[in-house]
Amino acid sequence: MSKVEVNHLTKSFGKLKVLDDISFQVEDGDFLCIVGPTGCGKTTFLNSLVKLYDVDCGEILINGEAVDLNKHSIAYIMQEYSTMSWLTVRENVQFGMKIRKFSKKKIKEKTQEVLRMVGMEKFADYYPGQLSASMLQRVSIARAFAVEPDLLLMDEPYGQLDLELRFKLEDELIRIWQETKTTIIFITHNIEEAVYMSRRIMVLTNKPTKVKEDFENPLPLPRNVTEESFVEMRNRVTNLIKWW
Amino acid sequence: MKEKKLKYTLISVASIAAFLSVWYLVTDVFHIFPSSTFPSPVKVAQAFIRKLTVKTPDGGTLATHLAASLKVALYGYLLGIGIGVPLGILMGWFRKVDLIVKPIFDLVRPIPPVGWIPLMILWLGIGMRAKATVIFVSAVTPSIINAYTGIKQTNSVHIWVARTFGAKSLETLIKVGIPSALPMIFAGLKVSLGASWMALVAAEMLASTEGLGYMIQMNRMVGKADNIMVGMITIGLVGAMLTWILEKLENKLVKGGRTK
Repeated sequence: MSKVEVNHLTKSFGKLKVLDDISFQVEDGDFLCIVGPTGCGKTTFLNSLVKLYDVDCGEILINGEAVDLNKHSIAYIMQEYSTMSWLTVRENVQFGMKIRKFSKKKIKEKTQEVLRMVGMEKFADYYPGQLSASMLQRVSIARAFAVEPDLLLMDEPYGQLDLELRFKLEDELIRIWQETKTTIIFITHNIEEAVYMSRRIMVLTNKPTKVKEDFENPLPLPRNVTEESFVEMRNRVTNLIKWW
Repeated sequence: MKEKKLKYTLISVASIAAFLSVWYLVTDVFHIFPSSTFPSPVKVAQAFIRKLTVKTPDGGTLATHLAASLKVALYGYLLGIGIGVPLGILMGWFRKVDLIVKPIFDLVRPIPPVGWIPLMILWLGIGMRAKATVIFVSAVTPSIINAYTGIKQTNSVHIWVARTFGAKSLETLIKVGIPSALPMIFAGLKVSLGASWMALVAAEMLASTEGLGYMIQMNRMVGKADNIMVGMITIGLVGAMLTWILEKLENKLVKGGRTK
């Protein structure tokens, strides 16, 4: 059974049609990267998936059932700063675990683990107002991983990070995905990032957004960005996105 | 850091000292104003000490008037914020509550608190209940407005984060809405406090038998400017002290600021 099934998803804002009859499936444990032109509606798609937006028509199923945020374990890393200014880094990381009623022991262990993962253990007692943009995004990433989600949605999460940290977290994400087999839907406008991490790539068109092409990324892991096969794959995606 | 703090304290002390010096110069040294209508700081200080024990001409010592005022003010203020803050939060978060309450609130809000005094005297006499009701009206309006605005300004991204983790509406309100609205709520509490204190003095001047406002009014009738100033300075000092207590509480409860 498909982990995520999207059928005929259509979403408009007033007269502007953003998503136009989008259908696809994401298998259990898959890593799908969605790429497309800027402003094509990638974020709208993820927001619709977690029911932050009401859709005009179509359905989104997880394991054959309509999305239920209390039942399905989903974590969403947003593009915007989403850390809460009144909570410390530690409390921010624990936010989702507390809502999901994790045991105190597990919350403590998991907090240490994810803070170490994103290199923020020294800043556990800092408030978001004392951190840089990239640190804030690392906190959001840690908070999402802490709840051990079955489905992880990531909306350009590394867009604001410096290159070194970006490469580190890309490798870290691949490692976690291989270990946990969490289903990941990762939105990015960075084609190299999509080719580097994904098992499948979906290319969207400009508004009204449709699925232009959806294909497997057969390159073996770990990938090397300088290899010929990698460059070929990157060029293929680039040519699909080009509309000029 | 410590040096900076000391520097700021010295500046504050110097500004008060300068104010007192000018006051002293225009009264006791150059006698620009008659001391009967504009007493010097020395005279006011003497009146202050005298008023600690002497009951004339207003029937009470400074302490009894202050206690009477504080009692009424706190009673009305706590009732006002106790109802205003939760109501503002509920109006800001739940649309149905907003639709029911806001039209009535918008109608009542423009009426100044002192505008209620005649009706309160008619309904409740000139005792504690009438004055406390006027204070209540003064305190409730800013606390509703600020709590409402604070909740309305909750960052939708934060609400979304809670919702995607599976939080229900009430849990989201408690874990996201209220903490993010706290700075605005505290600003409302401070405005309410100032408004309550001002309304109290006005209410006591119009209808009362005790309190700082009553003391000022009685001394006006007998032309005791020094006692009027003692009353005014006490009002200022107590108001500043209450605001200071609220700020301390705010510093303890509001974490992290609103920078990001």
